[in-house]
Amino acid sequence: MTEEPKEPTAAGDKPASEAAAPAAPAAPTPAAPAAATPAAPKAAAPAAAAKPPAAPHDNKPAPPSGPTDPPPPAGAQIPACITALQAAVPGAVEHVSFYIGDWTMIVPATKLLEAGRFLREAPAAAFDFCSDVTASDWPSRAQRFDVIYCLYSTRLRHRVRLKVRAAEAEPVPSVSGIWPAANWLEREVYDLFGVNITGHPNLTRILMPDDWQGHPQRKDYPLEGPGELLMENPLDWLKLKQAREEAEIE
Amino acid sequence: MATEARQMFDTEELVINMGPQHPSTHGVLRVVLRLDGEKVVSSDVIIGYLHRGIEKLSENRNWTQIILLTDRMDYVAAATNNVGYCQTVEKLMQIEVPRRARYVRTALCELQRIASHCLWLGTHAMDIGAMTVFLYAFRERELILDLFEEYCGARLTYNSMRIGGLPLDIPVGWDKKVLEFCSIMAEKVDEYEELLTHNRIWLERTKGIGVITAEQAIAIGLSGPPLRGSGVTKDARKDEPYAAYDEMKFDVPIGTAGDTYDRYLVRLEEFRQSIRIIRQAIEGLPEGPIVGKVPRLIKPPAGETYHAIESPKGEIGYFIVSDGKSTNPYRFRVRPPSFCNLQALPQLIKGHMLADVVALIGSLDVVLGEVDR
Amino acid sequence: MIDTYFIPLVKILFVLNATLIAVTYMVLLERKVIAWVQVRLGPMRVGPYGILQPIADAVKLILKEDITPARADKWVFTAAPILVMVPALITFAVIPFGPSVHLFGRDIPLYITDVNVGLLYIVSVASIGVYGIILGGWASNSKFPLLASLRASAQLISYEVAVTMTLVSLIMTAGSLSMVKIVESQFNAGLWFIFVQPVAFVLFFIGGLAETNRAPFDMAEAEQELTGGFHTEYSGMRFALFFLAEYANMIVVSAVATTLFLGGWLAPFPNVAWLNVLELIPSWMWFLMKTFAFLYVFLWVRATLPRYRYDQLMRLGWKVLIPIAIANVVVTGIVKVLF
Repeated sequence: MTEEPKEPTAAGDKPASEAAAPAAPAAPTPAAPAAATPAAPKAAAPAAAAKPPAAPHDNKPAPPSGPTDPPPPAGAQIPACITALQAAVPGAVEHVSFYIGDWTMIVPATKLLEAGRFLREAPAAAFDFCSDVTASDWPSRAQRFDVIYCLYSTRLRHRVRLKVRAAEAEPVPSVSGIWPAANWLEREVYDLFGVNITGHPNLTRILMPDDWQGHPQRKDYPLEGPGELLMENPLDWLKLKQAREEAEIE
Repeated sequence: MATEARQMFDTEELVINMGPQHPSTHGVLRVVLRLDGEKVVSSDVIIGYLHRGIEKLSENRNWTQIILLTDRMDYVAAATNNVGYCQTVEKLMQIEVPRRARYVRTALCELQRIASHCLWLGTHAMDIGAMTVFLYAFRERELILDLFEEYCGARLTYNSMRIGGLPLDIPVGWDKKVLEFCSIMAEKVDEYEELLTHNRIWLERTKGIGVITAEQAIAIGLSGPPLRGSGVTKDARKDEPYAAYDEMKFDVPIGTAGDTYDRYLVRLEEFRQSIRIIRQAIEGLPEGPIVGKVPRLIKPPAGETYHAIESPKGEIGYFIVSDGKSTNPYRFRVRPPSFCNLQALPQLIKGHMLADVVALIGSLDVVLGEVDR
Repeated sequence: MIDTYFIPLVKILFVLNATLIAVTYMVLLERKVIAWVQVRLGPMRVGPYGILQPIADAVKLILKEDITPARADKWVFTAAPILVMVPALITFAVIPFGPSVHLFGRDIPLYITDVNVGLLYIVSVASIGVYGIILGGWASNSKFPLLASLRASAQLISYEVAVTMTLVSLIMTAGSLSMVKIVESQFNAGLWFIFVQPVAFVLFFIGGLAETNRAPFDMAEAEQELTGGFHTEYSGMRFALFFLAEYANMIVVSAVATTLFLGGWLAPFPNVAWLNVLELIPSWMWFLMKTFAFLYVFLWVRATLPRYRYDQLMRLGWKVLIPIAIANVVVTGIVKVLF
């Protein structure tokens, strides 16, 4: 939970130089926004490049262990909505991150509902529009899922992102009571990732067929689909389905 | 036989299934309606028939190849999808897009907006019974598709943007053709208005149908013309300007009543404003390079971002996570406007008649390619 | 003998054939007219400019597989289209195409018969057509056609009231129910009745659109709603009969409107001597031209206007058309008494 900010200092020089190489071609390109920001990805990139001890013949880079959540550069002013939330709901904001003009807050799952309600109602925040609810899968991390809530305020015209980290079966409360727009979006997160969302009025599959097994958007789900789990011949699959249905009737 | 007869005339709720193959559901949409006589008591919207796994596919394609995939989501308005994606990656990589490219992007996005609204108008009018408007709107859409074909070679799935700018400069004489098209279109919009806007039957079929208040619209996540029809001034072109919109003068039409008629008027006025923007963009087209300084191998540094633009259907947002090392994105997520708008459908059709369901699906302007990805 | 049997038989055969050919060519005409409104060409392949398209359609429909739904009531299923088509055709028995002509040394009137309650006959026979629609939906033994047929029949019955009320005021103006006498009274008055009863004309036209299930009142057969309405389960020749019956009804309504409001077979300004040059065009030609004008307006309206929702359609019939029709009757009565 609190690994990322500490890692850049603990990781050492080797990951930093490896990470600096891919970052270098991108850094010299002319950047219009704040000059402070290019420093942030370079400093945080080591977190993504953490390598487990690799076998000698295995020269594929290890999968990233988590998103970079670069802290705001020194001297950047934290927006009022975040400071208000930190003051009103203690323990709600574990980490504040700033990257290319976007502010992100990492919120524990237990404080999500309180934080959400505050963000919607507080006059400094006024986040009445839930733009998006989505998730990312970082399988090598203990809490593999990152559930991301993108919020927008139609009155103050600013955006913020909330991130909740959740392990495989860890319950994440549903925000569809606060923003009804999150209803289908959370269904999709459940359908494609299998995040355990609690308190949702109708948590059923939305894009995949209702009786589908598995959660396709996870990193360990093959791109081609279940393969041998689905019979080679569609007729076999139909026969199996009929047999299953007959068994149910009995 | 007598008991069968009695059963057929039982006055209980009737469950009717519309779709997935249905002449008016604009794609493979399935709506299960529970009717009491003619009024809809409750409904269930079932999607997923066109799910192609674009998000998962994108994790296995490199950054330039994904532009092709974004075309196929909202296939009616492919250029805006392309622009949104390219801008998100440009934001991640901090690439500056040259001014000429931004102007051409604006012109293409607005042409795309007109094309998408033409299709909307044609299908919406046809659902309500005015068949002729369909043919007239498609006649204009053909003109736009011809312009796009001249520019990038494709009529529907353009692949017309690159990260950092555009793949091609505009052909010689293209800008004159676009300006000619603008004059033609301006007259045609008046023609559509004459046919529909004050037609008593059209008014009766659309006024007061599917009313949604501003607070409800914001809460349920509507965006684009359905949200603006309810009186909320939210338009990414004005609130968070991108491409060359900050240098363009245009108005954003806002409705008042939040019914189907106001959504119709908002989109009709958007036709006119788009023509205005295109004229400004093409007449003021600056000289310069058409693509910015982009490394040969596109590898954004590790990080994630969310960027939203205004597509003809609403707010289309891209949430992209890059892990800094591979040539594919780590996570590619699209926030589809049609998906979020479609959520409001059960709320909108409650209490209305069966004939209004079709009008409301048309009024929300959903494209199933975007809903299901 | 010849006069009582042979000549009417010839007339019947002639009118029946002409009507059936006209009905099939109406299909082509509709497709062509609507296409031209919609910046398209319509059927162009079969024959020059698509002229032989109706023949191709007829051949196709006759050769189609005869499908009857499994649990449908077979006799009623077959009888329903007949019950819709036949009333439309037998209405032509009283429609006057022209006055008497002198042929083969005889005075032959250009109508099959002149019943002295001709208008009443037409209205009653048209009502039988509603049975065909109800039975068609019922016999299909399926949810959607049943609902659609009930809606269609409710619509037809409601608009029949309005149309009949309109005709009452017209009968009062003409002074007779016989179709031939109505035309003659227009000749005597020197004015087509459209100028005498404009409100009745408009009401009759709107009612006629609704009676024939044409746009903007065609909710019962709009595909977008209940996938095809009461003729969903019909295919092949039975479907063709429903389809053609709709066009036959359209022709009937146009012919009746021509007779009642546009002077039937009369040329414009029939009493004005110096315009007698118009009499060079034969009377039945005038009749056909006027009927055709009406049919064209039917098609034009279909191409242009959106569709009314069912409840709005019923509201229009009961709350708008019937009160105006009744008011028209009252006003006509007052005018007749005073003048």
